[in-house]
Amino acid sequence: MKRALIASTLLSTLLLSGCNLVVMNPSGDVAEQQANLIVYSTILMLIVIVPVIALTVFFAYRYRASNTDAAYEPDWHHSTTLEIIIWSVPLAIIICLAGLTYVATHRLDPYKPLSRISADQPIDESVEPMVIQVAAMDWKWLFIYPELGIASVNEVAAVVNRPIEFQLTSTTVMNSFYVPALAGQIYAMSGMQTELNAVINEPGVFKGFSANYSGEGFSQMRFKFHGLNEAGFDTWVEKVRGDDKVLDSDTLEALNQKSISHPVTYYGRLEDTLWERIVNTCVNGEDLCRHDMMMVDALGGGGLEGLWNRDMFRGICSADDPGALMALIRPELRINKDDLVTAMTLTAPVNAN
Amino acid sequence: MTAMTDTTVKEPVEFFVLDDPHHHDGDGHEEHHHETGTMLGFWIYLMSDCLIFGILFATYAVLGQNYAAGPAPSDLFELDMILISTFMLLFSSITYGFAVLRMDHNDLKGTVLWLMITGGFGLAFLYLEYAEFSHLIHLGATPQASAFLSSFFFLVGTHGMHVLGGSIWLVVLLIQLSQRGLTHENKRRVMCLSLFWHFLDLIWIGVFSLVYLTGVLL
Amino acid sequence: MASQAHHGTSASAPDVHPFWGKLSWDAFPFHEPIVLITFIGVVLGGLALVGALTYFRLWGYLWKNWFTSIDHKKIGIMYMILGLVMLLRGFADALLMRGHQAIAASGGEGYLNAHHYDQIFTAHGVIMIFFVAMPFVTGFMNYVMPLQIGARDVAFPFLNNFSFWLTVSGAILVMVSLFVGEFSTAGWLAYAPFSGLEFSPSVGMDYYLWALNIAGIGTTLSGINLVVTIVKMRAPGMDYMKMPIFVWTTLCTNVLIVATFPVLAATLALLTADRYLGTHFFTNDLGGSPMMYVNLIWIWGHPEVYILVLPVFGIFSEIVPTFTGKRLFGYASMVYATCVIMVLSYIVWLHHFFTMGAGANVNAFFGITTMIISIPTGAKMFNWLFTMYKGRVRFDVPMLWVMGFMITFVIGGMTGVLLAVPPADYVLHNSLFLIAHFHNVIIGGVVFGIFAGIVYWWPKAFGFSLDPFWGKVSFWCWIIGFYLAFMPLYVLGLMGVTRRLSQFEDTFYSIYFIVALVGALFIAAGIGAFIVQIVVSIMRRKELADETGDPWGGRTLEWATSSPPPYYNFAFSPKVHEIDAFTHMKREGYTRPTDGFMPIHMPHYTATGVVLAGLLTVMGFALIWHIWWLAAASFAAALIYGIGHTFNYNRDYYVPAAEVREIENLRTQQLAKAAEQ
Repeated sequence: MKRALIASTLLSTLLLSGCNLVVMNPSGDVAEQQANLIVYSTILMLIVIVPVIALTVFFAYRYRASNTDAAYEPDWHHSTTLEIIIWSVPLAIIICLAGLTYVATHRLDPYKPLSRISADQPIDESVEPMVIQVAAMDWKWLFIYPELGIASVNEVAAVVNRPIEFQLTSTTVMNSFYVPALAGQIYAMSGMQTELNAVINEPGVFKGFSANYSGEGFSQMRFKFHGLNEAGFDTWVEKVRGDDKVLDSDTLEALNQKSISHPVTYYGRLEDTLWERIVNTCVNGEDLCRHDMMMVDALGGGGLEGLWNRDMFRGICSADDPGALMALIRPELRINKDDLVTAMTLTAPVNAN
Repeated sequence: MTAMTDTTVKEPVEFFVLDDPHHHDGDGHEEHHHETGTMLGFWIYLMSDCLIFGILFATYAVLGQNYAAGPAPSDLFELDMILISTFMLLFSSITYGFAVLRMDHNDLKGTVLWLMITGGFGLAFLYLEYAEFSHLIHLGATPQASAFLSSFFFLVGTHGMHVLGGSIWLVVLLIQLSQRGLTHENKRRVMCLSLFWHFLDLIWIGVFSLVYLTGVLL
Repeated sequence: MASQAHHGTSASAPDVHPFWGKLSWDAFPFHEPIVLITFIGVVLGGLALVGALTYFRLWGYLWKNWFTSIDHKKIGIMYMILGLVMLLRGFADALLMRGHQAIAASGGEGYLNAHHYDQIFTAHGVIMIFFVAMPFVTGFMNYVMPLQIGARDVAFPFLNNFSFWLTVSGAILVMVSLFVGEFSTAGWLAYAPFSGLEFSPSVGMDYYLWALNIAGIGTTLSGINLVVTIVKMRAPGMDYMKMPIFVWTTLCTNVLIVATFPVLAATLALLTADRYLGTHFFTNDLGGSPMMYVNLIWIWGHPEVYILVLPVFGIFSEIVPTFTGKRLFGYASMVYATCVIMVLSYIVWLHHFFTMGAGANVNAFFGITTMIISIPTGAKMFNWLFTMYKGRVRFDVPMLWVMGFMITFVIGGMTGVLLAVPPADYVLHNSLFLIAHFHNVIIGGVVFGIFAGIVYWWPKAFGFSLDPFWGKVSFWCWIIGFYLAFMPLYVLGLMGVTRRLSQFEDTFYSIYFIVALVGALFIAAGIGAFIVQIVVSIMRRKELADETGDPWGGRTLEWATSSPPPYYNFAFSPKVHEIDAFTHMKREGYTRPTDGFMPIHMPHYTATGVVLAGLLTVMGFALIWHIWWLAAASFAAALIYGIGHTFNYNRDYYVPAAEVREIENLRTQQLAKAAEQ
């Protein structure tokens, strides 16, 4: 008995060693809701799990072969009542859980703008979310603040209680952007942009990393997320601006080389449209940008000559009338308006930013 | 032993098949039993092969519009040539059907003759496909040029490899037929290859309509 | 750490020798002490084994009686041996990782560099799934199912042998990668674009691809074979609803194999094309779609876990009634549950990547379908539970494993449903919580089931039982080891620790990793005890002998024949009237026929399977190292040999009635002796 007591105390200290369980005690409202969801779902499932374990132990003990007092009915193998119960109890629980899942999945859709700052603080419609553009590289993280015109590597900061909209991409393999204290993770993939909406409710420094294996330097692909108040954030921005490095195509190319444990680096200034070129994998100026390529493909492809001279399509998707431009290059296609509208809608997501 | 066959008082439950039907009916019955197993197995194999093609079709459906600013189907495919090779394959299915009909009449010569014609059509199809592929590669539209071309070459090429395999099988089968004639085993083989051949025809109809027709007409 | 410690040559060696391909002396691990020591150990061990086999003149025996055998029982046993050997390799990888992480999390550097560590976790996953769990469950299905349906062999005995050797071929390629070149670093599912040529140029990925391509063909063929066997070869009277549950789960499993392994084959073929032909299926550029790879691989990958666990559910469904002396509760609902799981397993694959950014409706759909699977699984659990109710439960070793399973598996099931809630998955995806979850169901389900099955059917296969003392030692080591090794990982997952890390930032994870290491050592002891159990039992086989053929009071047909069964299984095909056919026979006081034997139709042994698989292994190796002439030559040889096989008309024969009588008379005497004792 005493031993059991010690064991259970030990176990609970191990389990509940305070704030180390960052997933269960996060500092951002989205992660908070996700943690609560874990608790609710677990409780729901325990309704059936606990009886099963208890019954297993009880039946094993009660009907052990040496206990000849217990009933023995070797041919009893069917009971409609019992069958109904054993199918319907899990069914009922799964129905509840499915409802919970449906609602929670929609409410916590990472693409959806936040609906609240925290449990007791509604969203202020007049405050625009802060956009942070995130690129996963081998093996470091690049953060771009388009509104502020600054960028940093392996360090990111945000204002407490102000919604953040992360736009994510990768210049390499798949990675997963994850700050456990802030919100759940989402993949960062090359040639496309994913999104994550979040908010940090408490000031502090939190760990962030890639949660999807990406090769040799994966273990060191870490960054620090700083939750700062307004004043602290301004100071941080000044600090970044104080570094007069410029992030342009050349520095980005250099940054794109494989490196492990890359030091925190600040870039006080940004080249224009850099993010679009990162997302569209045409930073070096040699490859045709992804959105141009998609526009050409949506218009029916670039023809055989496209194989040899893809470059003639550069900028086609930002042309006022790509269809007309395309018709110039490939007159045989005679593109009509409807096709063009379809083409524009098809490429919209990449175009949007 | 007596307890098992005693029928005087009450019919006891029999737990063993004491007279082996396979043995008494002679070899024919035994072979028949085996044959149904083989045909079922071959059907299941075809279904699994069908799934492979299913994945390749799905891949084509997903990647088939990713021209990478390169050529699209309408720039590449010549429908009249494709139509000819389609008819080659369709005719070969019909002639295979005739071979099976002759086989049912136990006509070895007729079977062999129709099988050879089938093989001829198969080879013609393969030649046309080879000509198409080398033409495309000559143009620079290689499998490496875009995801569309990768998935096109892989889907059509996998079908072509199957036809090649089927043709090799056909040759082997002709040798076996000439050695032993229309034995039970060889009849089963003819039927299996027949299934395989018609299956490839079916897949080709999918390729023709999904890849070539929709590609050029839409 | 920043140094890139590769030991393969291929990473930056574009020149391909016309004769040797990419192969050169640099491919051998002379500068990697850990690998070199293992290499020397394996070479010495291998030489000792070869020497012993030669000294005792066993090569001929092995070749004639085992390698070329097309007896489903021998093939089943060979599958089990393959699984056991590969378990030792896969578990060695696990121990290396546990030790390294314990050191790295405590502030040390650990003994593995990142490149080596990445190969080890990849190899661990690949080996455990493809070359441990798969051979084990395929071994059971091969050995037990034909006996349970009263058949004399499977539908295509030669194909069975060929399938087995193809699996061996894949295993050999994986093992060779340890010493010649290197293995993949891309994880067990080789996500694109990482697994493409651009990010993984080394031969490691090619080892992965060819090993799985070849082994996968074997698995598909074996799936077709077993489905046809069940559909066509059941004993007279055995309707579908009178088949033992293990046969049902075997049927569903093999239907799943036939319906999913082609997907794997196609997916890997596309990736192979990307790497060998430069196509753009899964590349980042020119229109390729890495996301499609992830979808395709999981369309195979999710049913795969049910392919592993369904047969094991069948094993439990055989053991529980036997050791409770009671008919299985809810046979029909067990069957329906199995079929429902089979169908549902095909429409849940997206739950492996909720975090890829699909819309809320898609995620919710796949989350809910995943949860629905827990309903039939729960029903199964209750059925086993109520089979114990009003039974007489005997806690022999197989039943201990069942108890361990029932308690452990429900915990794993619960965390699994938790991970199926998409927003919860956003915080738990790819974390050690996930690792703990799937080890919880695979060890608590599949591995425990495999051990339960081995102890249960061992006496049938060899005629003597396994020593119960060492069996219990093994069981307790495993169960304690499992909880110690994986409960800390659940906690670490909640602490935000992700998977596949070889270095850590903080030392406060240390204690959890050390506990996990202790757990792994307990499991090592459990594996050791299992091997001791086999050795001790072989030495004490006289005392442990079972003359009756029915040591546990079995209920299904495999117990109706002798232990080990004669090569033709049953002198007379059984006739089935009820579920639990053998229990029915015993209740009705059946008499074993001792006269009137007839010739039995049986297939000849053939070396074709071994030879073909051997040639394909050479072809795989040649393709991995770009030795094109050898690849072409071995493929051509395999093709010609295979065609040659179809000209062999002498495939089967009749066992003379006299031979059957002789074998059956021995059995009659044996039974009489057993009755006297």
